[in-house]
Amino acid sequence: MAAITDDSIPVTPSAIRDELIAFGIMTALLAIVPLTGIYPFFVMQALCFALLACAFNLLIGYGGLLSFGHAMFLGTAGYFTAHALKVWGFTPELGILVGTAGAAGLGVITGVVAIRRQGIYFAMITLALSQLLYFIYLQAPFTHGEDGIQGIPQGYLFGVFNLANSTVLYYVILAGFLFGFLLIFRTINSPFGEVLKSIRENEQRAISLGYKTDHYKLLAYILSGTLAGFAGSLKVFVAQNASLTDVHWTMSGEIVLMTLVGGLGTVFGPVVGAFVIIAMQQYLAGFGQWVTVIQGVIFVVCVLTFRRGVIGEIAHYFRRSL
Amino acid sequence: MQALYAQLLVGLINGSFYALLSLGLAVIFGMLNIINFAHGALYMMGAFCAYFLLNIAGIGYWPALIIAPIAVGIFGMILERTMLQWLSGLDHLYGLLLTFGLALIIQGIFQNYFGSSGLPYAIPDELKGGMNLGFMFLPIYRGWVVVFSLIVCLLTWYLIERTRLGANLRAATENPTLVRAFGINVPRMITLTYGLGVGLAALAGVLSAPINQVRPLMGADLIIVVFAVVVIGGMGSIMGSIITGFALGVIEGLTKYFYPEASNTVVFVLMVLVLLVKPSGLTGRAT
Amino acid sequence: MKNRISALLLGTALAFAASSGSFAQDKTVKIGVLTDNSGLYSDLGGAGSTLAAQMAVEDSGFAAKGWKIDIISADHQNKPDIATNIGRQWIDVEKVDVFMDVLNSGVGLAVNNLVKEKNSIMINTGAASSDLTNAQCTPNTIHWVYDTYMLANSTGQALVKAGGDTWYFLTADYAFGAALERDTTAVVTKSGGKVLGTVKHPLNSSDFSSFLLQAQASKAKIVGMANAGGDTTNTIKQASEFGIVKGGQKLAGLLLFITDVHALGLNVAQGLSFTETFYWDLNDGTRAFSKRFSGRMKNKAQPSMVQAGVYSGLMHYFKALEAMGGNPHDGAKVVAKMKEMPTDDPLFGKGTIRADGRKIHPAYLFEVKKPEESKGPWDYYKLIGTTPGELAFRPLSESTCPLVKK
Repeated sequence: MAAITDDSIPVTPSAIRDELIAFGIMTALLAIVPLTGIYPFFVMQALCFALLACAFNLLIGYGGLLSFGHAMFLGTAGYFTAHALKVWGFTPELGILVGTAGAAGLGVITGVVAIRRQGIYFAMITLALSQLLYFIYLQAPFTHGEDGIQGIPQGYLFGVFNLANSTVLYYVILAGFLFGFLLIFRTINSPFGEVLKSIRENEQRAISLGYKTDHYKLLAYILSGTLAGFAGSLKVFVAQNASLTDVHWTMSGEIVLMTLVGGLGTVFGPVVGAFVIIAMQQYLAGFGQWVTVIQGVIFVVCVLTFRRGVIGEIAHYFRRSL
Repeated sequence: MQALYAQLLVGLINGSFYALLSLGLAVIFGMLNIINFAHGALYMMGAFCAYFLLNIAGIGYWPALIIAPIAVGIFGMILERTMLQWLSGLDHLYGLLLTFGLALIIQGIFQNYFGSSGLPYAIPDELKGGMNLGFMFLPIYRGWVVVFSLIVCLLTWYLIERTRLGANLRAATENPTLVRAFGINVPRMITLTYGLGVGLAALAGVLSAPINQVRPLMGADLIIVVFAVVVIGGMGSIMGSIITGFALGVIEGLTKYFYPEASNTVVFVLMVLVLLVKPSGLTGRAT
Repeated sequence: MKNRISALLLGTALAFAASSGSFAQDKTVKIGVLTDNSGLYSDLGGAGSTLAAQMAVEDSGFAAKGWKIDIISADHQNKPDIATNIGRQWIDVEKVDVFMDVLNSGVGLAVNNLVKEKNSIMINTGAASSDLTNAQCTPNTIHWVYDTYMLANSTGQALVKAGGDTWYFLTADYAFGAALERDTTAVVTKSGGKVLGTVKHPLNSSDFSSFLLQAQASKAKIVGMANAGGDTTNTIKQASEFGIVKGGQKLAGLLLFITDVHALGLNVAQGLSFTETFYWDLNDGTRAFSKRFSGRMKNKAQPSMVQAGVYSGLMHYFKALEAMGGNPHDGAKVVAKMKEMPTDDPLFGKGTIRADGRKIHPAYLFEVKKPEESKGPWDYYKLIGTTPGELAFRPLSESTCPLVKK
């Protein structure tokens, strides 16, 4: 049975060089956005989702674990950060810390349960766990149920950067995104990442080589959840609210879709996928519920004919690693 | 104490929906190795099919009970022929992703045309009213749902575990190449199995139409609970999924009585507990 | 004679001053109808709200007076974050002056923060939360049609008065349900009734049989449904299955709309009591408007109170703009002017807007007709009682709104 991403190109110095060049281009493009007159809130939102999709991709693309519940990290971190900022009056950096830590904690708890099964079961368990959490947040008083936490103050990051200024906020979000992205990039290319890939390819062999594969999988799961949470915390400053939308299973589906469109197991695929899907939602908003149908069609088309995704196809065509 | 009996009985009714749906999932999984995420959407289609039959063609509940599962089953078989079959040989997760996409499409289309608030479907005249059982007022229709779905579940079990067709089916799951060598058309069998599983979902949809509003999203949340049921029971055995379905319905019913706030989370909590104690699920065999 | 001439002169001078003043004034307005175009509440607001806004623009006659008015609309999909994104873009890029409809409490509260931050305007006709004019009130928001406090208050009061003095609650287990139950309990007890018990059910349940059995066993005269949307309609449907109404108990909806009754059908919905502030068949004024409205709707639906509110709210907004001689594009200033002027329109009658942004008008308790009483499509309600506006809404003395000076 073929693994979900099976034509990865071996990590060679030239592959890493290609990826670094692509990273440079991406950073440069993102850095000049405020000068172009593109609506910055759109890009900020896309960046948050891009980081989220990258975190998700770490798990599926390199660990072979399909989580259908990644929205729980996004939502949990969002609620924690929002509550810390609004009710406790925390500074932005502390708020982000609280949210990210919350997601990490959630990663530990749900990870212990979820990694007990693989493949399809893992997907169903993560989906069920996130649904459980959805109901908890629906009823918990601090989330304000369907109303969500609204009007969250943006404040001054490190007491200096005024996050209410959209240009400042943009660069802060961009910095956060790049930090998360590089961390994932570093992880993939570390010995830890190599072990993960070997587990994905053949878990039995990894076990026989003496690796405690469950530990590796749990660690990858927690790291992925924590980074997804970091993205959720950043998103609070952009959206200025935290709501149930972010914990709902449709959000988990969207995360999967972004990564699938961009390319599972590619470094830049999730970023491209996130921009594509967010742009689609933005420009097709007038179609209302048809957006769901279009998303479904994209799912089907991707799975049937386009399994490598945008970046995966490009990389495959040029025989480069991206 | 009387109230307790009543809740037990009510729980059994929900259990019959869980059982029918998880049974369909198990049948499909056994044969196609696919978790059918579109199951909830197809369940919804069953209910809508009954609604259309009544309001467009004037065909009532009883014929709908047969026509809707067949119609939706055929639709399912078309899906299998045109899309799902191309995924054999790929990672199972692609099947999950594809059917998730299908679910989004089906639900989205129905939502566009019928809104979200739902359409009414009346209880058939023969099953209107209720019986006073002493400890509760039981609407006759609900009693019918329990009895009928129990019969359907047992028939399905018999078909798969005790007939020649079922034996071929099970054999094809274990070793498709060998079965093909015996001159059995395995791809057609797979298609029919998918149709059967989908038909069971549609049947559950028709059964639920008179109880709930017929809504485009009626299956979306239900399917997640059914996934948890499947994780608890494991998909290894047909009987296992039937029993787990009914049992969880009853447990949920009891929760509604003792601690109603937790009644929509109890299945998930049970899933977590089962995973911690017996990771392979109650009926074993799962990986 | 001399006096008259000087008065005339003064009048002309004033008129001249006014017209020369308005000469420099901006006469463009952009209206944003932010609503649910495809989801659960699309019948309640949706395309009908946009139509109501168009009708208001046409009826205002502003185009003939040299104004340029645009309407845009978008689907917020009942998600606060999507609504905030659209809203922010509307204000920043599209230069929208006023947000209409904005149904769904979560969305309403999100946009409430946004219009305050950006000094825009929201005339909310769809959200239920009474927080919009209480703890979270802003100088930029007017809450036009109804709120949870009013619904609980009016329904509770009127039903107890009509003999329904024992209650049992089916409450959706989240903040909103709890608030509805709390407010209604207070009114029921104050009016001399008694609450026998309550059962909390999870939100978005599909099965209410267990809860209904408990309500049935309580023998309360009124079963109050402190829930909303699909939960309420499913409760009603299953209550009829379990013979709750036939057994002599009465169902009271605390948040229910004519669109729900339409979806359920009279067979199931008959005998329900609940409060609305607008019904198409209430008087000549509402009938005339509704006839024009339904003639232009795709499915010939009669207007809901949310859609009627869009029309009524915009008409008043236009009056305020006219009095100011132009559009200052200053949300708080326009809202202040709107609060100054008494409201009067054929749909909601005479009313006022309070300092906290609460629009005041009468509330009507309706009972849903039996199928044999209904004379045609959309003929659904019998009027049982009217609560005057001053008594229907939360009194200012109980308000926690900072805009209310005490």
